[in-house]
Amino acid sequence: MIARLRAGPASRRAIPLAILLAAFVFAPFFVNDYLLTVLILILYFAYAGQAWNIMMGFAGQLSLGHALYVGLGSYVAATLFTHFGIGPWLGLLVAIPIAAACGAVIGYLAFRFGVAGVYFAILTIAFAEFARIGFDHLDYVNASSGLFLPVKQYAHNDLWLLRGDPTMFYYVILAATVFAFVLCRQLLHSRIGYFWLAIREDEPAARAAGINTFRYKMYAVMVSAAVTSFAGVFYAFFYNNLFPEQVFSISRSIEIILGPIIGGIGTLFGPILGAFVLTGLAETLNAVMGAFGLDLPGAKQVFYGVCLLLVVLALPDGVWPPLARRLGLSEGKQ
Amino acid sequence: MSVLLSVEAVSKGFRGLLAVDRVSFAVPQGAIFAIIGPNGAGKTTLFNIIAGATAANGGTITFAGAPIGGLPPDAVCRRGIARTFQIVRPFPALSVEDNVTVGALLNRREVGAARAHAQDLLRRLDLFDKRHRLASTLTLPDRKRLEVARALATGPQLLLLDEVMAGLRPTETDRMVAILRTLNRETGLTILLIEHVMRAVMALASRVLVLDHGVAIAEGAPESVVRDPAVVQSYLGAEAV
Amino acid sequence: MPLSVYLNVAVGGVLTGLVYGLMALGLSVIFGVVRVVNFAHGEMMTVAMYIAIVTFAWFHLDPLILLVPIAAVLFVFGYALQASLINPFITRPEHSQFLLLVALAIIIANTLLIIFGPDARAVQTAYAYDSFQVGPVIVDAAKIYAGAAAIVVTVALFAFFRLTLLGKAIRACADNHTGALVVGLDVERLYALTFGLGAACVGAAGSMLVLITDATPMVGPGYTLLAFVIVITGGLGSMPGALLGGVLIGVTEAIAGLLFTPSAKSMFAFAILVLVLLFRPRGILGKRPA
Repeated sequence: MIARLRAGPASRRAIPLAILLAAFVFAPFFVNDYLLTVLILILYFAYAGQAWNIMMGFAGQLSLGHALYVGLGSYVAATLFTHFGIGPWLGLLVAIPIAAACGAVIGYLAFRFGVAGVYFAILTIAFAEFARIGFDHLDYVNASSGLFLPVKQYAHNDLWLLRGDPTMFYYVILAATVFAFVLCRQLLHSRIGYFWLAIREDEPAARAAGINTFRYKMYAVMVSAAVTSFAGVFYAFFYNNLFPEQVFSISRSIEIILGPIIGGIGTLFGPILGAFVLTGLAETLNAVMGAFGLDLPGAKQVFYGVCLLLVVLALPDGVWPPLARRLGLSEGKQ
Repeated sequence: MSVLLSVEAVSKGFRGLLAVDRVSFAVPQGAIFAIIGPNGAGKTTLFNIIAGATAANGGTITFAGAPIGGLPPDAVCRRGIARTFQIVRPFPALSVEDNVTVGALLNRREVGAARAHAQDLLRRLDLFDKRHRLASTLTLPDRKRLEVARALATGPQLLLLDEVMAGLRPTETDRMVAILRTLNRETGLTILLIEHVMRAVMALASRVLVLDHGVAIAEGAPESVVRDPAVVQSYLGAEAV
Repeated sequence: MPLSVYLNVAVGGVLTGLVYGLMALGLSVIFGVVRVVNFAHGEMMTVAMYIAIVTFAWFHLDPLILLVPIAAVLFVFGYALQASLINPFITRPEHSQFLLLVALAIIIANTLLIIFGPDARAVQTAYAYDSFQVGPVIVDAAKIYAGAAAIVVTVALFAFFRLTLLGKAIRACADNHTGALVVGLDVERLYALTFGLGAACVGAAGSMLVLITDATPMVGPGYTLLAFVIVITGGLGSMPGALLGGVLIGVTEAIAGLLFTPSAKSMFAFAILVLVLLFRPRGILGKRPA
């Protein structure tokens, strides 16, 4: 079992991966509008989870404030669009350095001053909360009354301005998720990935092996923040409205990181599988509760919480690692 | 022989207690140099100072002609000093091969080249067959060898070994001695080791420094040092003399 | 604005801060001993607040009298929680513990939502509009009672940890887990006891807080964050530090609410947190990490 870890699965994984990708590519032809929206949501969380996983799953730095980077991405792109008519892709080019810079500031302060572990996690929450309240009072972005993107009926899909029907958004987020997956895979199998894993496993030992852990932790925060910022840009243009209370809130951060934890932290498939499980669970609960007339506010969330509890009790490493072992698809380097 | 590492009057105190008290010694290029002494003599503290993990209160450390005192541990390693830990700390969730590859990547950009180098080292340290195992599943002797392999992978000029023989059976000790001696002979690697296992010290070291209560009490060839009355007294107590 | 306005607001902030401090003390005790960050802390606080609100509505029992039984209920809740769910997670990685407690928080908050609905609820005591005047300072009676009760509970807890054998055993666990095991302490039971005590602090704080502010099922995360801020500011593991941190944050928020807009007040609390983390990571009264 262990002996075939490296040789086999790479090629063996290629086939199910190709089938999975094909299923996603052709899915819009077979599903209705509702299911398409659910799939968009799944891919959105898969993407954001993958981005968060770079920091926590690879480099071992627990961020509980990733809503900050989502929020920055969405507000930067939306502001450029509404105030200056600048499209989302150019907006992304502005959002990425801003998110990365914010990540760098947080990382620099934390890593230079030796803030680690739980303290680091709380520092990330503090910055996200700081941004939430700050944007709530920033009149330039309409403060707490929210920023709205103009919604017009578009005759055709405008990919450049990200205006169009859900199918277009679906393919955009699918492409982004594929991109994030490939990027993470490349990172994980490169020099930087090895150094990140070493830091995650044992930071003093990593330093003793000559790794400048400060620098590589900074890279992890900045790459993770930069990748996450696109999730924000997508969010802004898909939902067309932004409220600081929503995009920067701690529950947004928690939403992002539940997927990878449930799926399997530090793995490439974990964030995707986790997004499936959680979004699928939430939507199934919606449907079931609706069917039984139990659409009491809160009832769905209670079941959701119970399911989370059961997963964390039964599968300490998440869903993917045991599943992968069962299927003989373990990702060699974890 | 030229001096590779020179430690001059290095001291370290912890809240008034001097763990290392103005210790000086020089390790010649290509030598195997041992530091011995009873528990609590300050050996590991001295090691940590050289490796940059602990800051000294005073003294200078020169490596390959340049001062390295005050450098952080990763910078010390990049200068060419690699270390092992007394309580081993391999990367538990990584495979044996990946553990060593991490070290090999310090001076290599390509993962493939680093992996190839790691495999060479694993062969040298009898770990090649276990290269796909997770480090956490290894036995203690294997983990000790893995630490040596990871340290070697960084391409050091000087290898610091902190009690790599402790907990090994005699045959395993002999094997480790043989490995280290081969490395020293074939690659010219300089080795500085802390060791309790005298069997290994006598077999390996060309020069020995004895620490007691943070003070260097003797230095010389192993055969002469073990006959030194001060050394015997520090090890066995005053009544033995 | 005249100085007396500032003084009034500051004194109000101090008293509210004492209650916050007691809540944060619970978090500090739990983290200091069990080494688990209670991400459901605010939700436990919400439970305590609702118990106080409901018993007041039904039996017209004053929250200050309810303080003891509510603390006892929360103690049992905390004890059971640690003994059943959290003890097996002690050795698990932080993100695993985080998930467990977040799941609990979601369950608690939404159960409250199902039972009580989303509207804010409050307690109307007879002394709700009473106030005391000391010189130029006018303070709400409710806040005085709440602040005083917070001090009493803290002193009691402090005495427990310093003077009783059980308290000393718990401190031994916190100092040295392995050592405590070696000398034969039942660490799991002591952990459960500690979590119970932490929860009891929350229970006491919650029953006093209803005198000062109202409750909705969703206020939990805000209080969890507040507790984090206070505990880190005051110094994790320091009991006076939690109270001091609470007072500092209470005053800061009160003054900031006066000078700027009330909705921006927690921004200043977070700013303090960031500054403390960077320049004095162990907190104002925290001990130097081992």
